[in-house]
Amino acid sequence: MSGNQFMFYLFAAIIVIFSILTVTSRKILRAATFLLFVLVATSGLYFMLNYQFLAAVQLTVYAGGIVVLIIFSILLTSHISEKLELIKPYKRIFSAISVIAGALLCIITILDYKFAANTAVASEINMNVIGRDLLNYGYDGYILPFEVISILLLAAMIASIVIAKKIK
Amino acid sequence: MNEGIPLNYFLILATILFFVGIYGFLTRKNLITILMSVELILNSVNINFVAFNKYLYPGKLQGHFFTLFIIAVAAAEAAVAIAIIINMYRNFNSINVEEADEMKY
Repeated sequence: MSGNQFMFYLFAAIIVIFSILTVTSRKILRAATFLLFVLVATSGLYFMLNYQFLAAVQLTVYAGGIVVLIIFSILLTSHISEKLELIKPYKRIFSAISVIAGALLCIITILDYKFAANTAVASEINMNVIGRDLLNYGYDGYILPFEVISILLLAAMIASIVIAKKIK
Repeated sequence: MNEGIPLNYFLILATILFFVGIYGFLTRKNLITILMSVELILNSVNINFVAFNKYLYPGKLQGHFFTLFIIAVAAAEAAVAIAIIINMYRNFNSINVEEADEMKY
């Protein structure tokens, strides 16, 4: 087993185990911490695939920003020692059955399909290329989604301030 | 570079992560844990985008950029959702989905 394979299996195991713990843990703060582990392992996968910028964004925005936001709102709205209530056992069993059936269907379909391997040379991805592509309005440019996303972020920030503001 | 790791492995990993997120979405009652399940689902979609980009179109960057945009959308979504959750806690004194069954304001 090469080092690369070992790292992939390690990250995959971390992602699977901690994502299951995230949705089954009955202490809400622990669930948030397990979510943090899943997100950090995902950024490890991006580093493995040589997308350094994406991995850095994943670490700062997801692991740094969103998880901290979630933990703050947990501290504001729940008691730490309180255990989450469970739904009825038969509902849990039916959810598990349907989820496992869906996952098996997808995995069988994926294993059946032969993806055409592409041997094109991987392009160099550095900050220069990323910046030029983001602000390019030509054929390979992404200026339109970039602008749309900046307007969306501005609108979301204003909206969340207005919603969370105390009504006098 | 990625010898010994076929594309299928990434897709299976993303599938498992996606359906674990769905399970959390179906079985949780607390709004914040539902939000965490949605983050898991978005994360699995990101893994799919990046793996397809790397294996099938290594000369292009579409998957890379759209993953960036998905991360930005997820951040906006989390901010608005948490504002709504805090407002709901103020009005209902609980963030349980089953207790929020009326539109008070």
